[in-house]
Amino acid sequence: MNQPSQIQTPSGGKMIATMVLVASICGVLIVGAFEGTAGAIAENKRIMLERAVFKVLPGAAGVREYAATAAGIQPLAAGEAVPARGVRFYAAYDAAGVLKGIAAEAGAKGYADTVRVLYGYDTKCQCIIGIGVVSMRETPGIGDKIITDAAFLKNFEALDVRLNSDLSALTNAVRVVKHGTKMNAWEIDAIAGATVTSKAVGRGINDSAQKLLPMLVPHIAELKP
Amino acid sequence: MSLPNQADQGITFDTFMEGVWRQNPVFVMMLGMCPTLAVTVSAVNALSMGVATLFVLVSSSLLISLIRNLVPKEVRIATFIVIIATFVTLTDYLIQAVSLTLYEALGAFIQLIVVNCIILGRAEAHASKNPPLKAVINALGMGTGFTIGLFALGATREIFGAGKLFGMTLFGDQFQPWVVMVLPPGGFFVLAAWLLLFSLLRSKSATEGGHAHD
Repeated sequence: MNQPSQIQTPSGGKMIATMVLVASICGVLIVGAFEGTAGAIAENKRIMLERAVFKVLPGAAGVREYAATAAGIQPLAAGEAVPARGVRFYAAYDAAGVLKGIAAEAGAKGYADTVRVLYGYDTKCQCIIGIGVVSMRETPGIGDKIITDAAFLKNFEALDVRLNSDLSALTNAVRVVKHGTKMNAWEIDAIAGATVTSKAVGRGINDSAQKLLPMLVPHIAELKP
Repeated sequence: MSLPNQADQGITFDTFMEGVWRQNPVFVMMLGMCPTLAVTVSAVNALSMGVATLFVLVSSSLLISLIRNLVPKEVRIATFIVIIATFVTLTDYLIQAVSLTLYEALGAFIQLIVVNCIILGRAEAHASKNPPLKAVINALGMGTGFTIGLFALGATREIFGAGKLFGMTLFGDQFQPWVVMVLPPGGFFVLAAWLLLFSLLRSKSATEGGHAHD
């Protein structure tokens, strides 16, 4: 309408007022959405965790979260952070409440990105009895065979992770060997053509087990109800 | 405003179809190429990404159009970004509440909807200059066009790259998946093929006078 008002910059007050108004509306929307979805998201996360743990520890029916530190083990509330230098692990129980095994996460750099797996540890045989991939970005058709390759998954039916006599480290470090040369129970037979990804799984499990088991095994009795 | 459609003469069929056909964000304007190439490894991912973008596009266009006369033009871009970011955050929570598997498959690309040029482009070029109903219809068209584009790529890549569609196996055991299709180069191949097809169709319809506007 009037020419001067177009060249004139509107007062700073109006600009600030507009931004404050818009930001307030947006703030209310975000808080509303957060409050509205928080329950569903927490439930989704719980279901996803349970599904992952039950997959590596067949027969489990319930999961509790714990943290292992040099001082011992302590239960964690859902979403609670792990204390410094501690390791998060999951204790799985069967329907009768008997300890079924331990699940923990392992991760190591693969071909494209960190390969994160969850492994199931059986306290009786002191071995790993199953793995499941949590996340990875390995090449489809090559690296992602770690999910499907039956021969590779057979490595994790009874992978030996016994501790040495003073419970400070594994008796035998978990090692990934060339395809077809597995000799011992603590070795992992790599997938031919996907050695880098296979090695990432082995290295991740070794690092995690070397750290977690010496802190966990002396206190394992505390987990039994 | 009992009959908004008639009250506002600006709304035509083309208000909606502009984004689907004449100005299709993927095939004509070549906007939003990052999600287009990155998340279209399967039909489900592509469709979900398209719908998420559609939701952000429509809701931000509505809000921006409602407050278009209040916002001084010096702070309009900042205002638009705040509004767009809000709806992206909403979408982020909603997808997590619906499916965490989907949320992890789409990864950072949900948050990156904020910087999708289609949305800021619509806000600046259309929603900030038009009444709410028209802005919403136009945004719906753009979002639909984007979703169609993503779905076309996602379905093609899933069929060739995995031998599946929506997770259902299409071919027999003899089919050897073309792994390259689900790798990044495959995204470019498939996009190029669709662009070629779309350009042919468009030039054909233009010579027939079908959609030759402007």
